[in-house]
This record gives sequence, C-alpha cells and structure tokens, in this order.
Amino acid sequence: MTETELLLWVRGPALQVATVIFLVGVAVRFIEILMLGRQKDLAEARGSALAGGLRTIVTRSVPDRGTIQRSTFNVVAGYVFHVGFFVVLLFFAPHILLFHEVLGLNWPALPTPVIDATTVVTIIALLAVLVHRVLHPVMRFLSRFQDYLAWLVTILPLVTGYLAFHRVGVAPPPTLIAIHILSVELLMVVFPFTKLMHAVTLFMARYYNGAIAGYKGVKS
Amino acid sequence: MSKDETLGEALRQQGISRRGFLKFCAATASMMALPPSMVPAIAAALEKARRPSVIWLSFQECTGCTESLTRSHSPTVEGLIFDVISLDYHHTLQAASGTAAEAARETAIEENYGKYLLIVDGSIPTANPGYSTIAGVSNVDMLKEVAKGAAAIVAVGSCAAFGGIPHAHPNPTGAVSVSDLVKDKPIINVPGCPPIPVVISGVLLHYLTFGAIPELDSLSRPKAYYGQSIHDRCYRRPFYDKGLFAEGFDDEGAKKGWCLYKLGCKGPTTYNACATTKWNAGTSFPIESGHPCLGCSEPDFWDGGGFYKALSMPTEDISRTAVYAIGAGAAAGVALGALNRAKKAKATKAHEKVTINDLEKGN
Repeated sequence: MTETELLLWVRGPALQVATVIFLVGVAVRFIEILMLGRQKDLAEARGSALAGGLRTIVTRSVPDRGTIQRSTFNVVAGYVFHVGFFVVLLFFAPHILLFHEVLGLNWPALPTPVIDATTVVTIIALLAVLVHRVLHPVMRFLSRFQDYLAWLVTILPLVTGYLAFHRVGVAPPPTLIAIHILSVELLMVVFPFTKLMHAVTLFMARYYNGAIAGYKGVKS
Repeated sequence: MSKDETLGEALRQQGISRRGFLKFCAATASMMALPPSMVPAIAAALEKARRPSVIWLSFQECTGCTESLTRSHSPTVEGLIFDVISLDYHHTLQAASGTAAEAARETAIEENYGKYLLIVDGSIPTANPGYSTIAGVSNVDMLKEVAKGAAAIVAVGSCAAFGGIPHAHPNPTGAVSVSDLVKDKPIINVPGCPPIPVVISGVLLHYLTFGAIPELDSLSRPKAYYGQSIHDRCYRRPFYDKGLFAEGFDDEGAKKGWCLYKLGCKGPTTYNACATTKWNAGTSFPIESGHPCLGCSEPDFWDGGGFYKALSMPTEDISRTAVYAIGAGAAAGVALGALNRAKKAKATKAHEKVTINDLEKGN
C-alpha cells in the first residue's frame, strides 16, 4: 500500500467504518440509558424539575469554590485540556471543512498560529494530567486500563495532528495526515465503549441531578 | 561539435561570456543550497567537464516533459547546457529515424558503456509487452538493455518516476516506474507533470560538477528541489495561517488571492520547487494563477481523492452513512432497552420475599 492509497483508505472506507461504530454505539448506549426510565412522580412538585434540570446542565460547567480549593490542579488542567481539545477540533480550518462536508454547517476558523499554540498547551495539560494520575496514590489506585486507554486515544489525535501540521520528518506528509485521521477514527471507535461516553451522558446526569434539586419537595 | 570538447569550450563557442557562465554557476549553487564558496568549484568542474553521452528513452508518455524542457526556456543557458550534452538518442528531438536512430543508440551504448547517463520519461507497460514498443523492441526490454550500461538513470516526469497517469486506477497497461524494474543502478527521480525545466538541468549540472548524484529524499528526488513543500514556500501561506480561504473560483476570496486549500490545493503534501523557481522563466506557478496545486510531483497524484477536494475531506458520502448509523443505533438501542425492561419485569415478578423461616432454613 502506497502512502496515497493509505490516505485514501483512511479518508474513505476506514472513516465509514469508524463513523458507523461511533454513531451506532452512542445511539445504543444513549437510548438504553433513557429507557431505564425514572420512577413515576405521583406528587406535584413545589419547584420546577424541568427548569432545575436545564439550569444545572449549564451551571455545573462552573466549578464551585470548594472544588477549586480542594483540587486546583484537576480543575485547571482539566479545563485547559477540555477547552483546548474542542477549540482545536472545532476551529481549525481543515476540520471546519470536514464538518461543512458532513453536516452542511459552516463557521469561521481561528488563525492557525492560535490553533498551533492551543494544541501545544492542550498536549502539555494532558501530559500533566497523566503524571498526576500516576503519582497521586489515590488516583493511581482508582485507575484502570480503561482510564489510560481513554487518555491515550484523546492525546493521540493532538500529537499526530501537530506532527502532520508541522510535517515532522518521521514519515512522508500524506502518511502523517493518514495517521492523524486514523487516530481520530480510533477515538471514534473507542468512544462509545469507554468513559469517553461522558461527553454525551454528562448532560443527562446533570439534568437528573438538577431535576431532583429543582423539585424542592411537594407542593402544599 | 566534437565530443571531446569540454563544456566551457562549448559554451564559449555558443557565445556565452565568462560573466554569464559564472552567474549561472552562482544561481545553480544557490538553488542546490550549496555555499557560495562552491561557485568557483562548480565553474572549474563544468569548465573541464567532458560532454557526457546521454540516451533519452521515451515510453508511455505525452512528450510534455520534453516540451517543458526544450520550449519554455529557450534560449537560456539551461537550454544551451542541453545543447552541449551529447544527446545521442531521443526519438522526439533527433533528426535520424528508423534503423539509423536505433543504430545511434547502439553506438552510444557501445562507445560509452558504463559512463553514459540514461534519461527516461514515461512509464513502462508490463501487462503486455506489445502495448508500447519502439522499433519492435518492448519498453521493458529496451529499458533493461540500456540501463545495464548506464552510470546513472534520471527518471524525468511523474510517469517515469512513479508510474504517473498511465499508472492511475485501473492501470490497464500495468504501467510501472523505472525504479520498479531497475534495482541495481542509481536512480534520480525528477517527478512533475511536467517537471520544472531548471530542476532537470540542475540535476544534470550536479552530476557534471561532482560526478555523483545529488542528495535524494525517500522518494529518490533531489532534496535541493524537492526538500520543501509548495505550502511551505507559497506566497499565499499567510492567508492559510490567518484562516482566509477562497471558497470558489470567482468569489471575493479568490479575487483577493486568498489560500486555495478549500478548493482542494495539495500544496501541503506536495514537494516541489514550483513556488520558488516558478514556471515560464520565473513568470508564475499554478497557485499564482489562481488554481490549486494538483500535487503532480507526488506518487499516485491522479488517484488522490479528487483535485478539488481538500485533503481533510472524506472521500465518500459520510452524511448518508451517519443517518443510517444513527437510525440503526436507535433501533438497536430501543430493542436492547426493551429487553432490559423485560428482564427487569421478569426479575420483579420472580422475586420472592425472604421470610424469617427461609433464613432459619439456611442455618
């Protein structure tokens, strides 16, 4: 297989397979969770479960002061790599081109030096998070293979993307791009079956928490 | 022109001044990324170089490579360098034809065995030797015969270097590159469709100056010319970095000369000297005239997923796959959810309350 054939395979059949696994996996897990259902609510709520639920989806994105003080590192590094990852994913011109092709949506890109710097910062944050996980006795104890796998498939697209953008001479450029796309396909395939699924389920979880809090007891 | 004449003598005969010759040597040195201190060495070497015998074989090609080399620069020093190599066989350019032409080739091989340069343009068909023959000799046989006595081989053009357009899917003639057939000779690939004239004259010059082939990259291309990508040297690169792209061939961005990435430009993965040496005696290059780079100096450029499709785009219809996948996933999710519910209901139904008696029985 030549480098061009590899790139074509990665952009064609491999992407199809990865897309199918990703979407089928996410849809199955999402609907399975939804179909677990909730206990029927027989009492009239004093507050609004719906409003509370929706509000919490948003407000939980802001860490409370106690959490910041207790685990400053987790909050900072966690936010940096999450925000960085999405900035790079959503605002790099070639990526937008892909979304435009698949979804039909278009939005302006960020200048590439900004994306470049963000990628480096995100990679550093992810490395720091890994070091923290390994060095912290409790974190290490709680970590399973899946946690390291999730970390690996998250950092790989960033590293390979950086190599492909700068065309670092470890492989010819088409191969670098092919490896980058492959790493994203790996992320897509692993996503539904690991904790990475939190990117979808966090909204459900937050809603339920918020809904319980928004209930505020029984209307009298 | 005698064959024993040196290059310097030949150039003077053509009316090239010493000054013009040195300017050419300096330009060549800078192009080949050699230090200025090498200029006198190049000049001295070229002065004394004997005109090398060159045999040019054309196989499955369109003569575009020959056109590129002979027409666009005439009459520059590069063109004259061509005049002063002893081009003993080139069936487009030579006056002789038929038996006389083939005799010239055989004589050149005999007289310069082990010393002549072989230049090849065009790919070689392997599916059937009859697909392309010259004087009744198949391309494969002729290449192998001539390659045997060559000091080095220059594969000019993407067809000779990588198979090119004849090699494109579905490759009916079983076209292959020179390096697919010849394994025991130094091969310099000078790809491009066609290659830049100055690149091939530069490669020949390097060979004349140093008596050795230039430093090559992983695809056997001279690093001096193929060391940087079009994208790296593109004058439109600042627009890429700023995120300013032409979305069509006649929109505002195109008129302002913004980056052509979204129109399918292959500059980021194409290694060639177009953006620096340019074409037509330095006039411009494709991107400068508003068209994205096709990536013609890279292997399989014809099958690279579409000239007007950006490199980051999928080659197949992902949207439809996505809709079907979500549909199938949702259906499977509902089915699994229903199964889970049934299981739960069954478990609830089968649940028996534990009484104090049951616990006592266990003791």
